[in-house]
Amino acid sequence: MHADAFDRFHQAESRLHNLDPRVKVVVTVLFILSNALLPDGAWSAFGLCWIALLGANHLSNLGIDFSFRRSFIALPFALAAVSAIFSPLGTPLAEWTLGPLVLIPTDYGLVKFGSILLRSWLSVQAAILLVATTRFPDMIHAFEHLRVPAVLTTIVAFLYRYLFVLTDEVMRLLRARESRSATVAGQRSGRNVVWRARVTGNMAGQLFLRSYERSDRIYNAMLARGYSGQMRTLNPHVMKSSDWSFAALSIAIILLLQLTGRF
Amino acid sequence: MLYSPAPLHIPDGFLSLVIALVFWGITIFTVGIAISRTNKSLGEKQVPLMGIMAAFIFAAQMLNFPVAGGTSGHFLGGALAAMVLGPWAGILVMTAVIALQALLFQDGGLLVMGANIFNMGLLTAMIGFGLYRSVLGRGKGVRLTVVGVAAWLAVVASALLAALQLWLSGTSRLEIVVPAMLGVHALIGLGEAVITVAALAFIERTRPDLLDKKAVAAKGGRGWVYAGVLISLLAVLLSPLASADPDGLERVATDMGFLQSGQPTPYQILPDYTVPFLGETALSTVVAGVVGALVLLGLMIVIGQTLRRKTS
Repeated sequence: MHADAFDRFHQAESRLHNLDPRVKVVVTVLFILSNALLPDGAWSAFGLCWIALLGANHLSNLGIDFSFRRSFIALPFALAAVSAIFSPLGTPLAEWTLGPLVLIPTDYGLVKFGSILLRSWLSVQAAILLVATTRFPDMIHAFEHLRVPAVLTTIVAFLYRYLFVLTDEVMRLLRARESRSATVAGQRSGRNVVWRARVTGNMAGQLFLRSYERSDRIYNAMLARGYSGQMRTLNPHVMKSSDWSFAALSIAIILLLQLTGRF
Repeated sequence: MLYSPAPLHIPDGFLSLVIALVFWGITIFTVGIAISRTNKSLGEKQVPLMGIMAAFIFAAQMLNFPVAGGTSGHFLGGALAAMVLGPWAGILVMTAVIALQALLFQDGGLLVMGANIFNMGLLTAMIGFGLYRSVLGRGKGVRLTVVGVAAWLAVVASALLAALQLWLSGTSRLEIVVPAMLGVHALIGLGEAVITVAALAFIERTRPDLLDKKAVAAKGGRGWVYAGVLISLLAVLLSPLASADPDGLERVATDMGFLQSGQPTPYQILPDYTVPFLGETALSTVVAGVVGALVLLGLMIVIGQTLRRKTS
C-alpha cells in the first residue's frame, strides 16, 4: 500500500505552509471555539467566518475552494440535529403527520438547526486546512510545545508511523480470507453472520498478536539505535516575527467575528 | 475507501460549549491519572507498545464483515483494548486513536474531543475491563459470555451517553435521539460482541501468558469492577427509561437542575449557566463551564481516593 494513503498533507509553497505549527494549531482551536461561542442565528458572523476561511484557503495556495470540497465528512451526523427543528420553543410554522408522529417545525428550531450545521461545517473546514498545510510530525511537535504530555504525543506519533505498516497487515489478512473464500456464482456462501463475525474476530486476534510481537522487535531495534524514551526532531520550531504577527492578526479577526456575532 | 467514519464520533458544533468543556475536564483528569499510572508501573518500554497497540485498534477497525444488504459490521475495539492491555493503558490507546481520527480525518471534532474520548475510551474501558475482571478465574463459558455482554454494553452505553450529550446541548430531542442511537448501536454492538469474544478467545489460546489471572488482576484494582458494574447497571436502567419515558427523564433532569423546561438554552447547572457578576456574556458561560468542570473534578478525586483506599 502507498504510504500516503492516509496522509492529508498537501505539499505546496505558501504562507500558511511555512507558518509555525503552534500558531496554526492555536488559531484553529480558537476559531472552532469562537464558532461554538457564536449565538444561534448570527448569520452575518457565520458569513464572515466563511470569508475568513476563504482568505486562509487563498493563503495556502491550495485553491480557494480546497477546504470546501472536502468539508462534507461531518454531514451524515447532521441527522442527529434534525430533531432540533421540531423544538417546542418558538412559533410553529407547519404541521406534518408521519404515521403516529406529528411533527411541528418551529422558527426557533429551524434557526437552531441551521446554526448547528453551519458551526460544524465551518469548524471542519478549519481543521481540514490545518492538516493539509501541516506535516503530521510537525503538528505532534506543536502539541508537545503546547504542553500536551509527552507520553500522549509519543503514542500518537507511533500510532501514525505504524498505521501504514499495520494497515498492510490488515490487507494481507483480508486478502488471505478472500483467497480462501471460494464462491459459486448465484449461491450463498460463508454460512451465517455469527460465523462470519467470528472469522473476523479471529483475524482481529491474529492482528493483535502480530502487532504485539512486532512492538517488541521495534522496541529492541529502537534501543539498539539509542532510544531514550524521547522522540527527537530535526526541525526545532522557532517563532519568527512573521509568526507572531500572523497570530496577532488572526486573533484580532476572531475577536472581530465575535463582535459581529453579538451586536 | 478504507477508512469509514463511525457514527459515534461527534463533530464540532454539535455539543454546547459547556458540555464540551465539562467532558474535556473529566477526560484530562482521567487521562492524567492514566499517564502517571502507566509511567510508574511500566516505564518507557510501554510507550512504543501502546503506540503500536493504538495502530492495531485503528487497523482492526478496518476489518469488516458483510452483514446483510450491503451493510457491514464494524469493530470499535475500546472494550478489547481495556481487557487485553488493562484499563489505564486501554484509555491511553483509545485517546490516541480518537485524537488521530479527529486530527487526521476530521472524524470527530477538536473542541468536543473530550466528550468523544470519554464516550469511546473511558466508558468502554470501565465497562470492558470492569466486567471482565469480575469473572476472572471462572469457567471459559462464563468468561466469554461476560466478555461478549461487556463489549455489547460498552458500545450501547457510549451511544446512550452521546445521545444524552446531544440532548443536554440542545442539539437533539430526547425522544428521537435516544431510541435512534440505541437502536443503531444495539445492532453494531452485536458485531462488536462476537468479534471481541472471538479475538479474546484467540489470544487466550495462543498467548495465555498475556491474559492469565494474575496478569489481568495486576493491571487494575477491584475498584474497576465496582465502577464497571455500576456504569453497566446505570446504562441498562437508563436506556429503557430514556427511550420509553423521555418525559420522565426530562422531569428528573429538570428537578435536578440540569434542565429548565421552556428555556431556550437547555443546559443549566449553574443558574442560567452564567456567573452572576459577569453578566450574560460568553466569558461568563465559559467561566461557568470551567467551574462546573472543576466541581466534577473534585467529586471524581474524592471518589477515586475512597476507591483506592478500599482496594489497598
